[in-house]
Amino acid sequence: MSADQMLGLVTGILFGFLMQKGRVLRFEKQVGALLLKDMTIFKFMLSAILVGMVGITLLSGAGIVTLSHKPMNVGAVLLGGALFGAGWAVMGFCPGTSVGALGEGRWHALFAIVGMVTGAALYAELYPFFSSTVLAWKNFGKIGFAEVLSISPWVLIPVFWAGTISLFFWFEKKGL
Amino acid sequence: MKWKTLDNGWNPYLAGALVGVLAIVSVYATTQLLGKSSYLGASTTFVRAAGLLERTVAPDRVAANEYFTKEKVRVDWQFMLVLGIFLGALISSATDRSLKLEGVPPIWKERFGSSIGKRATGAFLGGIVAMVGARMADGCPSGHGLSGMMQLSVSSFVAFAMFFSVGVAVAALVYGRRSS
Repeated sequence: MSADQMLGLVTGILFGFLMQKGRVLRFEKQVGALLLKDMTIFKFMLSAILVGMVGITLLSGAGIVTLSHKPMNVGAVLLGGALFGAGWAVMGFCPGTSVGALGEGRWHALFAIVGMVTGAALYAELYPFFSSTVLAWKNFGKIGFAEVLSISPWVLIPVFWAGTISLFFWFEKKGL
Repeated sequence: MKWKTLDNGWNPYLAGALVGVLAIVSVYATTQLLGKSSYLGASTTFVRAAGLLERTVAPDRVAANEYFTKEKVRVDWQFMLVLGIFLGALISSATDRSLKLEGVPPIWKERFGSSIGKRATGAFLGGIVAMVGARMADGCPSGHGLSGMMQLSVSSFVAFAMFFSVGVAVAALVYGRRSS
């Protein structure tokens, strides 16, 4: 196994372990969140973002790591995001949690995984068509809020923290 | 605030915050050891898996495909990360006795009954639609939701708003009505 494969495997084991401990892998939690009844996955995910945001901004500010924004291609993000949302609700897993759910014994995730591999093959077949249509509408490129708004990320981060912490208090108050 | 949840899991804020630490360490480690900053993600791996499988029956078709060529069909860092998620979840659930064989989850059963065939069809078709969407949007709740939002990427906030709003609407339509 090469160094990059080994590093990926170790990182993945830790990631899968923490997602399982957070109980975010299973169908009930994923669909429970979309039914607005159980916010566990959003508590988990937003906590990860709050912490990760600070560390990554520090490291990229110091020139130690480079940011990797995904392109703001309007049609792709809007239509692709909508398709993902629809499929997510029925499947009850996302790509990362499906394999984890299989790991904790929820074997119906296997059908979701087979579906997603099939979807990926289908996307590869349809890529030339999408390239000339939905992907070609309007692309703002790889942009971040700090550059777009011309302000320091250290102004945006406290705002994001304040909003998210308020949301957490609301979740707890409502028992979600 | 409790350290353990009712289902014997870890507090989701704590487990999530630890994933935040993992995300930071992972970006640092990939930059230092592999020379390129890599962020947590999962959905590109499904493209590579599709390419590897398709290659066994139609190698020329895979070689000629523009998208497979762009995403590079190989077992890379992220591919092993996705396999690692399976192992990590297996280790965690086997050691805290939360590993449970489940073919039809309760919310699904309440709406569609205990048929494995129906659940398999829903999971399979949902998986196709979700993956076409994730590849079009260039990310899933890991790549956009976690990694992109951490970096304050514009596309990731928009993508996640779409994932969530359409997910909520479709979940209400699909599971909202009770089976009689």
